[in-house]
Amino acid sequence: MRLRAEGLSIDRGGRRVIRATSFALEAGEALLVTGPNGAGKSTLLRAIAGLLPLAAGSVHLAPSAGFDRDASLSERSHYLGHADAAKAALSVRENLEFWAALLGSRNRPAHSVEEALTRLDLSRLIDVSAGLLSAGQRRRVALARLLMTKRPLWLLDEPQNALDSRALDCLLDMAKEHLAGGGIIVAATHTPLPIEPGRALRLGGGP
Amino acid sequence: MRSALAALFVREVKIAGRIGGGATVGLVFFLILVTIVPFGIGPERQLLARIGPSILWIAALLATLLGLDRLFQADDEDGSLDLLMTSEVPLEILVAVKCCAHWIMTGLPLVLASPFFGALLAIEPPGLAGVGLSLLIGTPALTFLGAIGAALLVSLRRGGLLMAVLILPFTIPVLIFGVATASDLSGPEGPGFQPLMVLAALTLIAAVTGTFAAAAALRVLLR
Repeated sequence: MRLRAEGLSIDRGGRRVIRATSFALEAGEALLVTGPNGAGKSTLLRAIAGLLPLAAGSVHLAPSAGFDRDASLSERSHYLGHADAAKAALSVRENLEFWAALLGSRNRPAHSVEEALTRLDLSRLIDVSAGLLSAGQRRRVALARLLMTKRPLWLLDEPQNALDSRALDCLLDMAKEHLAGGGIIVAATHTPLPIEPGRALRLGGGP
Repeated sequence: MRSALAALFVREVKIAGRIGGGATVGLVFFLILVTIVPFGIGPERQLLARIGPSILWIAALLATLLGLDRLFQADDEDGSLDLLMTSEVPLEILVAVKCCAHWIMTGLPLVLASPFFGALLAIEPPGLAGVGLSLLIGTPALTFLGAIGAALLVSLRRGGLLMAVLILPFTIPVLIFGVATASDLSGPEGPGFQPLMVLAALTLIAAVTGTFAAAAALRVLLR
């Protein structure tokens, strides 16, 4: 498996945010996108996820096991954005079971809700309304989503936001396991995120 | 794919049914509109019975649009819409499922309550059946038309009133044939079915165009 981006240019509101950016990642590699605020880190991730159109260039992910040959890039990627996509009216379990059914309708869940939440140290809160969780707990619920359905490309936008040091260790552990299983990670961050083996891509000039 | 659609349907129904979901608010709003009219025009039974079906239809129209602006906005705010787009299920089908769930939770209660509320307006039993049937066939069209407005205003905060302004003109044909269906079904020369056919056609057209137009609008606007 291989993720290759060639000559990517992306516009936001008539302004070119990403200009002719290229990179290639092999299975088991991570790309850490850094850069100052407004450099286009989130824009790049959203474009790879298929949520934004490309002004020029192409992104290509070689066919991956367990998916149709013509499966699009967006249905093979896990997008973890700034918002945690947890409904306050539903419990943690209901939220996660919904996303597992919707994002992994072709495959059986890789982990049950209980397993994923135990991993993230949230099993106590499984039947609590997601509206009552703290920001860090909600973030961990969003991370549990990545464990429940298997998708080869993880697009993580500031994944460490609101996480405490234990949860951060757990995130790094999950990332390591995903890479060891032949997955690919593209993470946007402005604080150091030690995911190995990782390449770096700096957007927006500067040192 | 079927399990994904079932999961989306169950989620929508649960959210609408819980506190703040808005399933019951539409029904109460419907009741208030229907009870307010006799205060405005006076308690003359014959007049009320004559304009009763129209009042029920206008009330149903407003009650359906109430809260429909949140159909996609709530999912946009918490990031759910981004994730829905990375599902392998096409967005058009997801939109259709969301509309169906919304109609079951807001439109269907109006249909079921309309005979009771119609009795408040002194409509005779045959007329009540006609109004109920016309609402059953016609209100899905209102939901699907409203979905277009909800999608167009997805990123606009407090777009509820703007949505009503945008969508109400397009609901006029549904309103005309809905009221005509209700009166023709209980007409003095036996039931007439022509307006009913047109109303059913309008609902089918709205279901198709609403689904595709709303999905297209979401794709463009979420960039």
